[in-house]
Amino acid sequence: MQKPFAITLDPGSSLANKTGSWRTERPLYVKRLPPCNAECPAGEDIQGWLFHAESGDYESAWRQLTRDNPFPAIMGRVCYHTCENVCNRGQLDASVGINSVERFLGDQALQENWQFDPPKTVSGKHVLVVGAGPSGMSAAYHLRRLGHAVTVIEAGPLLGGMMRFGIPKYRLPRTVLDAEMQRIVAIGVNVQLNTKVTDIVQTMHDGGFDAAFLAVGAHIAKRAYLPAKDSSHILDAVAVLRSMEGAEPPMLGRRVVVYGGGNTAIDVARTAKRLGATEAIIVYRRTREKMPAHDFEVEEALQEGVMVKWLSTIKSAEGGALTIEKMILDEHGKPQPTGELETLESDSLILALGQDVDLSLLDQVPGLVLKAGVVQVDPITMMTGHPGLFAGGDMVPTERNVTVAVGHGKKAAIHIDAWLRGAVVSTTTKSAPASFDRINPWYYSDAPKTVRPQLDIARRTSSFDEVQGGLTLANALFEARRCLSCGNCFECDNCYGVCPDNAVIKLGPGRGFEFNYDYCKGCGVCATECPCGAIDMVPEAM
Amino acid sequence: MTQAIKFYQTGTFTVGNRLLQPEQRSVQSSIERNNSLNSGHRACQGCGEALGARYAVDAAMRATQGQLIAANATGCLEVFSTPYPETSWQLPWIHSLFGNAAAVGTGIAAALKVKARKAGLAESAVRVIAQGGDGGTTDIGFGCLSGMFERNDDVLYICYDNEAYMNTGVQRSSATPPAARTATTMAVGPNPGAEFGQGKNLPRIAMAHEIPYVATATVADLHDLEAKVEKAMSVHGARYLHILVPCPLGWGAASSDTIKLARLARETGIFPVFEAEHGEVTRVTEIRHRVAVEEYLKPQKRFAHLFAGPGRPDLIAQIQADADRNIRRFHLLAPERSQ
Repeated sequence: MQKPFAITLDPGSSLANKTGSWRTERPLYVKRLPPCNAECPAGEDIQGWLFHAESGDYESAWRQLTRDNPFPAIMGRVCYHTCENVCNRGQLDASVGINSVERFLGDQALQENWQFDPPKTVSGKHVLVVGAGPSGMSAAYHLRRLGHAVTVIEAGPLLGGMMRFGIPKYRLPRTVLDAEMQRIVAIGVNVQLNTKVTDIVQTMHDGGFDAAFLAVGAHIAKRAYLPAKDSSHILDAVAVLRSMEGAEPPMLGRRVVVYGGGNTAIDVARTAKRLGATEAIIVYRRTREKMPAHDFEVEEALQEGVMVKWLSTIKSAEGGALTIEKMILDEHGKPQPTGELETLESDSLILALGQDVDLSLLDQVPGLVLKAGVVQVDPITMMTGHPGLFAGGDMVPTERNVTVAVGHGKKAAIHIDAWLRGAVVSTTTKSAPASFDRINPWYYSDAPKTVRPQLDIARRTSSFDEVQGGLTLANALFEARRCLSCGNCFECDNCYGVCPDNAVIKLGPGRGFEFNYDYCKGCGVCATECPCGAIDMVPEAM
Repeated sequence: MTQAIKFYQTGTFTVGNRLLQPEQRSVQSSIERNNSLNSGHRACQGCGEALGARYAVDAAMRATQGQLIAANATGCLEVFSTPYPETSWQLPWIHSLFGNAAAVGTGIAAALKVKARKAGLAESAVRVIAQGGDGGTTDIGFGCLSGMFERNDDVLYICYDNEAYMNTGVQRSSATPPAARTATTMAVGPNPGAEFGQGKNLPRIAMAHEIPYVATATVADLHDLEAKVEKAMSVHGARYLHILVPCPLGWGAASSDTIKLARLARETGIFPVFEAEHGEVTRVTEIRHRVAVEEYLKPQKRFAHLFAGPGRPDLIAQIQADADRNIRRFHLLAPERSQ
């Protein structure tokens, strides 16, 4: 070939020079477990559904969410959202309003009438679920989606369990509860209401059930020994809240005293206020810091005019007069009596001292272990000592709340399914945590949390209207976009842009990126500049 | 209703964002970007100059629909991109001497002008950039560059400033900052490293020529850099863009910290980012989260002598004073944050 003067080689591209051979460390795309997902008792993929919500694709977000939890509209109202306590954004400005976006998605689904897909397979197995509370209905939903025939037997007249008979309307409107329950019935779950299972083994045998999930909840009010004259009007909180679902509201009087410091005590005091009590007074033996009720609920109750007598116990009740003893906290934080007494006038006294489980249906079940009034289960599979009999929710050793119960239902469903197939659920190792130190906060613009509207105090104390408002279309999108997407690529193109060697291949929308190890020199700029910490640098084998 | 939402999760700080409309995304986020400086070049790991050159030239290629010729000074950029017979450049590219990139650019622009006139056109569709490192720009090529400015030749000159002669072994240039250790400004004696009060501030010298457009940028703010290249290519005459490009080798920094250091240079006020037209500053990029100069100096071994043993708080204070002066001079802090 004829070449110009002094030129002996053809022109070439530097692509011939594979600079990947310089590398001592290689970048790898990873998916890490965001703190919210790790925390969620219902096992939701929060980061995953927020990802869809960020683009305004609420239906995809809702479908992603309901893979794990079928009750977004309920969750968005009653979940204690411990996810928000661990949100990495909390270390930047304020945590993402996960709960408010979840409610928005749930409400959006109700408005648009989104339904669950019917099961794709038919297993031929029939599973019994006892109790139509959050745990039972969650299990029914997951079992049905896995292709099993499901029958739910419920002692009460309606679906919902403690969500209906324990949570007041002003926190969870019944239209919302009913709609999310019916959506599960709609995928082909059989329901028998007003039917109490008295002998589980017999019921399973009679009905030809292959497995059962028990979730009867804890509905029996704990009693305290309280010397009282007959004339005293003493009620228990569970009964009061349950009677709120009836035609006749309970008669509580003008001055109501509630004894206890849990969320139920708060709920019942706020309910009394709404029923027209001029004074609702909670008597609690310790301090606000020690109170088991959630602080935001205490705060809302105080705003509504509920009063609390801290460090007080009730010694006795005589007619309308309660004898209160002042307490003092000892060095261990335990309340000790002081002997200092006072009298408190009341029209009624409501005891909110916790609940026990009605275990009568479990008499003489072989292999079943009861301890401290609850059913012992394998914490991995939720199976009791009796093969094929699973249990969850408030009747097993656990923290008692709706979200935990929903999580139990899901977990049990997965293991019931495996048990029915004679399989074992493969234990997937959880991804490493997406900790805050892996976040590159520079890339996130400053955006304060969106605050949900609250009902006026005047209307809160005079009606059972919902207290907490929801997000609007615009601010739900904003709030979703506050998510940092910890440990999971959200296609910001940073790695693709910042590589000095063009060694990142962009695969296109939704498909992410790949490294071109022929040219990647292993400088690590992509890993440092990844906003969400989804790139690891690992040493090359030498 | 949704279009009212301006918040894109990461704002416009990242290279791209799936939530942005394609036309709002950076050139670098596009699968179709030109990759003007292609893979296989021999720049060190984490080279800021390689990154800055691709950012700038790709943006210029987009602005001119690919009708672009580049003249290159001697330096790292030239050496690592074109070892005979290979080239990493995906545009017409010429290297002549260390000191004459601006003059070569002027010549190409003149030739294109003649060709356009002969073809009966008012101006050439093909545009010209000249580029070099700080050595080829502030020292060796300074005469040619000043002449190009003074004649207002239709060339965009881009200086990739890594603050020393890196390819020959890290010798001081007139862009080396005070107190920095280089091979020719050793960290010894009472005033270790480069002298205070010496060197040139080329963006301000360029402004003194009152040319149509002068701007500074860093590899840490891609959107800003691309906007400035676009702006520069939208006007004719002499234009100057000065880009800070950290050098892991010469600065003694981790290869993964290239962008972080560029960001810190801006956030400390050490490197003011601004635009000027005809000698007047028209826009500055305000500091977002102001930090002390130590944050910038500490990760760099060229400043290690300022922190070793008892350290040299006096010299650090001088560097801080320089940064503070930049902040005052260019109004780099929003009024409510400057108190």
